[in-house]
Amino acid sequence: MIPAAFEYHAPTSVDEAIALLQRYDGEAKILAGGHSLLPMLKLRLLQPAALVDLGRIPNLRYIRRDDGQFTIGALTSHAEVEASAALAQAARVLVEAEGLVADVQVRNRGTLCGSLAHADPAGDPPAVAYALDCEFQVQGAGGARVVPVDEWFVDTLQSALEPDEVLTAVRFPVPPPRTGSAYRKFEQPASHYALVGVAALVTLDEAGTVARCRVGITGVGPVAYRAQGVEEALVGRRPEAAALAEAAERAVEGVDVLGDLHASVPYRSHLARVYTRRALAAAVARALGQPDPGE
Amino acid sequence: MATTQRITLTVNGETVTREVEPRQLLVYFLRDTLGLTGTHVGCDTTQCGACTVHLNGQAVKSCTILAVQADGQTVTTIEGLGSETHLHPVQEGFRLKHGLQCGYCTPGMIMSAAALLASNPHPTEEEIRRAIDGNLCRCTGYIKIVEAIAWAAEHPEPVPVEVQS
Repeated sequence: MIPAAFEYHAPTSVDEAIALLQRYDGEAKILAGGHSLLPMLKLRLLQPAALVDLGRIPNLRYIRRDDGQFTIGALTSHAEVEASAALAQAARVLVEAEGLVADVQVRNRGTLCGSLAHADPAGDPPAVAYALDCEFQVQGAGGARVVPVDEWFVDTLQSALEPDEVLTAVRFPVPPPRTGSAYRKFEQPASHYALVGVAALVTLDEAGTVARCRVGITGVGPVAYRAQGVEEALVGRRPEAAALAEAAERAVEGVDVLGDLHASVPYRSHLARVYTRRALAAAVARALGQPDPGE
Repeated sequence: MATTQRITLTVNGETVTREVEPRQLLVYFLRDTLGLTGTHVGCDTTQCGACTVHLNGQAVKSCTILAVQADGQTVTTIEGLGSETHLHPVQEGFRLKHGLQCGYCTPGMIMSAAALLASNPHPTEEEIRRAIDGNLCRCTGYIKIVEAIAWAAEHPEPVPVEVQS
């Protein structure tokens, strides 16, 4: 399969990239790792007039920890995130999810930020973005802006990124002590896309009750979402098995659950509740410094 | 008329410069432009891994990379892995352990395995299986492939080719 013809630009600065995006007035697409974009071009689901390749822009490939937060640059690959010891220690949910994205070759090329900008409803990173309370650093002609995760995922394959903007980095606060996080996924075995993917983060207070909980779910609805019902059900309670199971029952509350060839609506809803319970149980065990529970 | 772009890259140790259309995929550049047909096109949808090559030493799917993205980079294909006189240990492992039947997936499978052993010379069976997660084989059931890669890990030296006269 061959993409339709396009003009190719490889700018060497973000400003130059933005100027190109403006020049094409919505007809250009940004290329980073290309592992979401190129398959769509090959299938001719997209036929942009031009590609603006960020790959030659220096200083966009990094994982930094400062001022109490992690910042991950636009060109950082899934594999680089997966291999980060600092992230493995502080934000296990991210490293766990990144290690489950597609396969080795895809993780070597595909980028975390690219996946978040692409907003695939079955991609793994969007669920994690909710769990870690990510903020998106966006640069456009009018300057820089920061978009919170609750405003980022607009709809299927649609993020809050405007056509003339570049997502330069994603950042999130370093989780506090007594926090555990986990990603649990039931994948479609051929594509490795999530039929259900659940990212959970739990912070306990000194008495051992749940002080804070964040749950992001992918693969289930038309766009990844934050399962606020689950979060509300757990905060203030002791994280015992019954409480986790009760909270997980609310995993698809208010969601237009997808039914397709691979999973009917009732089956996918069931999977979402089971995997939410498992993700919560693993997050709680990690917050307590215990080994992962059996599933 | 499509505009072309000049790219220069290192392929199997040789510097090559060509004019390419921006939409040309790396796998077709390797096969059709350079004549390196050892790299196969299987699914053409980033799933099967038959097109796996090394880009700057990493295993990648060349059906999902534009040739222009490889400008200035280093590519190794199956043709560049061993030599006329010596097989790469993974190649010898596949030969000895019958790690192939039809052979279609083999170049990609070997490139994934070689990338694994370059970064992790003593992988566990689970690590081997994880490393070839992005390579589909429809013949072997994978068991012989895993054995072939495990053999290569235990025999890291290039293997002289016996030429029969």
